[in-house]
Amino acid sequence: MTALRKNKETTHEIELKGQPALLDLTGAMYLPAHDALLVADLHFEKGSSFARRGMMLPPYDTRETLLALSDAVFRFNPKTVIALGDSFHDIGGPDRLGTEERTTLTQVQQGRDWIWVTGNHDRILPDSIGGQVVEEMALGSLTLRHEPMAGEQAEIAGHLHPVGKVVMRGRSTRRRCFLTDGSRCVMPALGAYAGGLNACDAAFKPLFANGFTAHLIGTERIFAIAKSMLCRD
Amino acid sequence: MAKPLRQAYLYPPMSQRPASLLPKTFRDWFKSRGWKPRAHQLDLLAKAGQGRSVLLVAPTGAGKTLAGFLPSLVELAERGPSRGTAKDRRGLHTLYISPLKALATDVARNLEIPVAEMGLPIRIETRTGDTPSHKRARQIERPPDILLTTPEQLALLLAHAEAQEFFQNLRRVVLDELHSLVTSKRGDLLSLGLARLMTIAPQVTAVGLSATVREPDDLRRYLAPQRSANTSPLRGEVAPEVREGVGNSTSAIVALPPRPGALTRSDPPPQGKGEEALADLVVVQGGAQPDIRMLDLDERLPLAGHTASLSMPSIYDLIRTHKTTLVFVNTRLQAEYTFQELWKLNDDNLAIALHHGSLDVAQRRRVEEAMAAGKLKAVVCTATLDLGIDWGDVDLVVNVGAPKGASRIMQRIGRSNHRMDEPSEAYLVPANRFEILECRAALDAVHEAAQDTPDARIGALDVLCQHILGMACAGPFDLAELYEEVRSAAPYAGLTWEDFEACVAFVATGGYALRAYERFAKIVRGNDGLWRVRDARVAQQYRLNVGTIVESTMIKVRLGKSMRSRPGTVLPRGRILGEIEESFAETLTPGDTFLFSGEVLRFEGISEDEVLATRAGAGTDPMIPSYEGGKFPLSTFLAARVREILADPFEWDRLPPQMTEWLLQQRRRSVVPGPRDLLVETFPRGNRFYMTCFPFEGRLAHQTLGMLLTRRLERAKLKPLGFVANDYGIAVYASGDIAGRAGREPGFMDELFSEDMLGDDLEDWLAESSLMKRTFRQCAVIAGLIERRFPGEKKTGRQVTISTDLVYDVLRKHEPDHVLLRAARADAATGLLDVRRLGMMLERIRGRIIHKPLDRVSPLSVSVMLEIGRERVYSDNADEILAEAEAALLDEALA
Repeated sequence: MTALRKNKETTHEIELKGQPALLDLTGAMYLPAHDALLVADLHFEKGSSFARRGMMLPPYDTRETLLALSDAVFRFNPKTVIALGDSFHDIGGPDRLGTEERTTLTQVQQGRDWIWVTGNHDRILPDSIGGQVVEEMALGSLTLRHEPMAGEQAEIAGHLHPVGKVVMRGRSTRRRCFLTDGSRCVMPALGAYAGGLNACDAAFKPLFANGFTAHLIGTERIFAIAKSMLCRD
Repeated sequence: MAKPLRQAYLYPPMSQRPASLLPKTFRDWFKSRGWKPRAHQLDLLAKAGQGRSVLLVAPTGAGKTLAGFLPSLVELAERGPSRGTAKDRRGLHTLYISPLKALATDVARNLEIPVAEMGLPIRIETRTGDTPSHKRARQIERPPDILLTTPEQLALLLAHAEAQEFFQNLRRVVLDELHSLVTSKRGDLLSLGLARLMTIAPQVTAVGLSATVREPDDLRRYLAPQRSANTSPLRGEVAPEVREGVGNSTSAIVALPPRPGALTRSDPPPQGKGEEALADLVVVQGGAQPDIRMLDLDERLPLAGHTASLSMPSIYDLIRTHKTTLVFVNTRLQAEYTFQELWKLNDDNLAIALHHGSLDVAQRRRVEEAMAAGKLKAVVCTATLDLGIDWGDVDLVVNVGAPKGASRIMQRIGRSNHRMDEPSEAYLVPANRFEILECRAALDAVHEAAQDTPDARIGALDVLCQHILGMACAGPFDLAELYEEVRSAAPYAGLTWEDFEACVAFVATGGYALRAYERFAKIVRGNDGLWRVRDARVAQQYRLNVGTIVESTMIKVRLGKSMRSRPGTVLPRGRILGEIEESFAETLTPGDTFLFSGEVLRFEGISEDEVLATRAGAGTDPMIPSYEGGKFPLSTFLAARVREILADPFEWDRLPPQMTEWLLQQRRRSVVPGPRDLLVETFPRGNRFYMTCFPFEGRLAHQTLGMLLTRRLERAKLKPLGFVANDYGIAVYASGDIAGRAGREPGFMDELFSEDMLGDDLEDWLAESSLMKRTFRQCAVIAGLIERRFPGEKKTGRQVTISTDLVYDVLRKHEPDHVLLRAARADAATGLLDVRRLGMMLERIRGRIIHKPLDRVSPLSVSVMLEIGRERVYSDNADEILAEAEAALLDEALA
C-alpha cells in the first residue's frame, strides 16, 4: 500500500465507533483502520434503464459515476473497495455496460479486493463483473449492508440516498450528505442520476433515535450541519 | 351569461366595399340590431372571397371577433344545412384558436347569438381540456362547422391518426389575440400546427386578430407560409395595406406611418409566391384617445418599495366614484397586499374582489362570474386578466406599480370601456421615485401610441422536438418534406437542416454523440424511408406531454385548525385556499407570516405535500417580504425613455416638484448620467464598501449582471458579500474597498464591466445557476426528455422520475453542444437570465462608465440601497449557504 495522500480539501474526518472515518467529496468513505473504501448506490446504467422506457437520458451517467469512483479509488488507493448495494440500477445493468465503461471498471478493480454488497436493485450480479458478491458483511465492529436496519448498533449502509436541505435567509441549497450519530452512518448515493431523499424524511427517524449530524457535500468541501438546521423539501 | 357581440354602430362604414357583399339575411340582421357592417368587417369578407390570409389590427371594441368570423358565417350560411349523415361529411370549416380556454368558450357563446337570430344552420363547438372524452370522439367522427380551441388542443388533433381526414376540408383558421400568442413558445407550437394545417388543406386562409403591435409585418409573416429557400427577408413588393380612419380617431400608429394612396389597391400579388410571404393587413385606426394620468402623489414620494401603500386611500376613492374598477398590479404578492389594504379602508363595504393565478380555480370562476353579472365594484388582479373575456362595464383601470412596457399598459387600459368611441379612463400609480419616471415615460408613449411589443421569435428547438414526435404520431413522415413544412412556419423559416436533423435524432434516441440507445428508438425509419413511432405507448407518452407551458411546481395551501386540547398542534382540517410556488414555500420557516388569499397566514409547516397554515391573529403584519418584482422586466423602449428623461433637465419640469428636487440634489452630490452612460457610485457605509450602478435594463438582466460582477470582485479579492437588484440598478456590497482599488488602478471599472464577462464568467456561473437549471428543466419537459409532473401527483420520496438538475450536470459535462443545451441557452438569452439584453447594455456603455467615488450614499443610490433587506440576496453559491449553516452549529456548540 502506498502512503495515503490525504487531501485537506476533499476529505473530512469524523469518528465512527471510535475509529476515524474520512468522508470524501465524491461521496465515498475511507476507513484507514481497514484500508477500505466504501461507496453506496452507484446505480450504474440508470440512464439506459430509463431509455428502455422511452426517456432518453444522456447515456453518460455510468461514465460520470465511474469518474467519481476511480477518482476516490486512485486517491486513497485502498486494499479493499466495498460497494454497498444498488451498484446497478437493474438486473440487466451489467449487460448494458458499454465497452469503455467495462474497461474502466476493470482497471479500477485491478489489484484490490472488490466486494459487491447486493441491494434491492441488483439482488443478482453476474460473475463477469468481477469481485465478490455478498449480502452483508462485517468490518471490525461495523456491519455493512445495503438497507440500514433499525436496532442495529454499528452499521454503515446506503439505500436511502440522504440529501440535506439548508435555507439561510431566503437562499437554499440541497446537497447529498452522510448522516451519522457516531455509531451508524447512512451514506449518500454516488450515482450521477441517483436522486435523494430528504434527511428530514420519516424513514430516517427509526435509525437515529438520538438525532444525527449531516455532513453535506458542498462544491469545495464537506460541511457538518446540525439536524436542526435542515429543512424539509 | 353570454352577451351580444358588440358593434360600434355610431360610426358610418367608410369602406369602399359595398355592403352588398353581405347576403340579405346578414344585412337584415345588422339592421335589426341597429348596426351597420363596419368597413373592416366587409374588408375581411372581401379578402376571404379572394382566398387571402389577413391580419386585422384593431383596438378593443372594434368588432374584431365578428369581423373574423363573418366570412365563415356567410360561407356556411350559403352552403346550407348539413344532412348530418355519415356520408355527408363536409368536415370542419373554420378553426378558431384562442390563448385562453375561457375565451374560446366565451366567444363560442357570443357567436351562437347571431347564428341563432339569423337561424343559420351552423354547428359551433368548443374543444378544451375540459371537453369530455365521448364528446371528443364524437367531434372527430362528426366534426362541427366551427370549432373553437387552444394551441395545445390543435397540436393534439394534428397528432391524431384521423387528422388528415378531419382537417382536409378546412377553409379558415381564426387566431385570436395573436399578438399575445406569438411572443411565447406556445406561438412556436401554433406556427408549426398552422404549417401542418396548410399542408393538409392548402385552400386554408388564416385570419389573425391582434391589438396594435410595433411590427405588424412579423404577424403578417406568421400567418403566411414562408416559401423562400433563401430565408433572408427580401425587400420586395409587399401585399397591400388597408387603412381606415374612423370618426374622431387619432392617427395613432407610430410603427406604420399612413401611406398616401394606401386605400387604392391594385391586384395583390399571390401570397406565398412573392418575394416575401405576408398576409394582407387591415388596420382599424383610432378609438378615442385614452384619458390616462398619473395619480397625484402630493408630498408622498417613497424612495423604494413597490406597494404604493400611501396611495391606497386615493385608489379607494377612485373605486368609490366609479362604476367598476380593475386594479392591475404586477405580482401575486402585490395583489394580496393591495387587496388587504383596500379592505382595511373599506368602510362602505364595497364589493372588492381578488383575482390571481394561484387562487383556487373555483374561487377565480366565482369572481369572474360576479364581475360579468355586474356585482363587483372592483377587482384587484394580476396579468391573469390582461386579456380575455370582455367585461363591458369596467369604466376605470388603475395600474399600481411600474407599467413595465408601453404596449402592456395600453392593453391593460383597453380593458376598460370596451367601446372604441368612448375614451378609456385610467390611472397609473407609481410606488416609488423610479416608477414615477417610468410612469412618465409610459404616459408619453401612450400619447404617441408608441408600441414596444417584443421582436418576432426564433422558433425554439425544444418545441420543434415535441412537434416532430406529434407528426410521427399522426402518421409516417418523410424527413425532407417535414423539413420544408416546418420552415414554412415563420419562426422556423431560418431553421438549418443540421438543427432539424438534430431534433429528429433527439426525438428518436436522444441524439447523443454516444449512440447508445438505437435499440430503444422512439421513432424509427422504415424500409420505405418514412419515419414512424415505434409503438402506441410512444404516442400515449406524447399526448400526456403536449404543450409548452411548464408550470413551476405548485403546492397547495391548506388552512389548518389548531387543537384546543393540545396547543401548538395543528390539524390539516381546513379548506384549500389555493396554491403557491414550491420555491416560495421552501423559503418559509414555521411561524413566518405571509399574505395569501387576502389574509395574513401563519406558516405551520409542510405535510402530505401541502402547506399547512393558520390564520394569523388580527393585526399581525406579514413578515415575509412580498416585494418580488414583476415577471416582466422593464421594456428596453421604456428604459431608454427613462434614461432620456433623467438626462434632460428640461424634462424634469414635467415631473412632480419633489422629484426635480431629488434629481437636482443628485446632480449636486454626484452626477446625473447621460442617456448612454453608466453611472457607477462607490461609497463606504458601516464597515462595508458599496458599489451601485444604474443600467436601467430590467431586473432579470441586472440579476445576471450582479452574479457576474460578484464573481469578478471575488477574483479581484475584494470579498463581495452580496448584491440586490431592481429594474433600475444594482447595489453590490463587499468588505474590500472597491473605490480604493479603482483609484489605484485606472481602468479597473472598465475592466470590471467589460463585455468578456459574458465569456468564461458566464459559463462558470451557468454551470451551477439555479435559474439556468430551471430553464433547462422547461426545455427538457417540452422536448419530451422527461415526463411532465402533473399537479396533484404525489411526490414519492425517491426517484420515480429523475431530477433534471442531475441530467443538466451530466449533459453539460459530456456533451455541451447537445440540442437541449442549445435550446436552454437560447432561452437564457432572453428569458430568466436576459443575457442578450445584458450584452447589449455592456456594449452600449463601453468607454462610457462614469465612476463617482463618494463619501456617502447619493440620492439616486438610496433608492436601490433600500432594497437591501426587502429583496432577496442572490447567490447560487452552495458553499456560502452551507458555511453559514455550519457556523450556526458551531455557535450552538460553543454556547
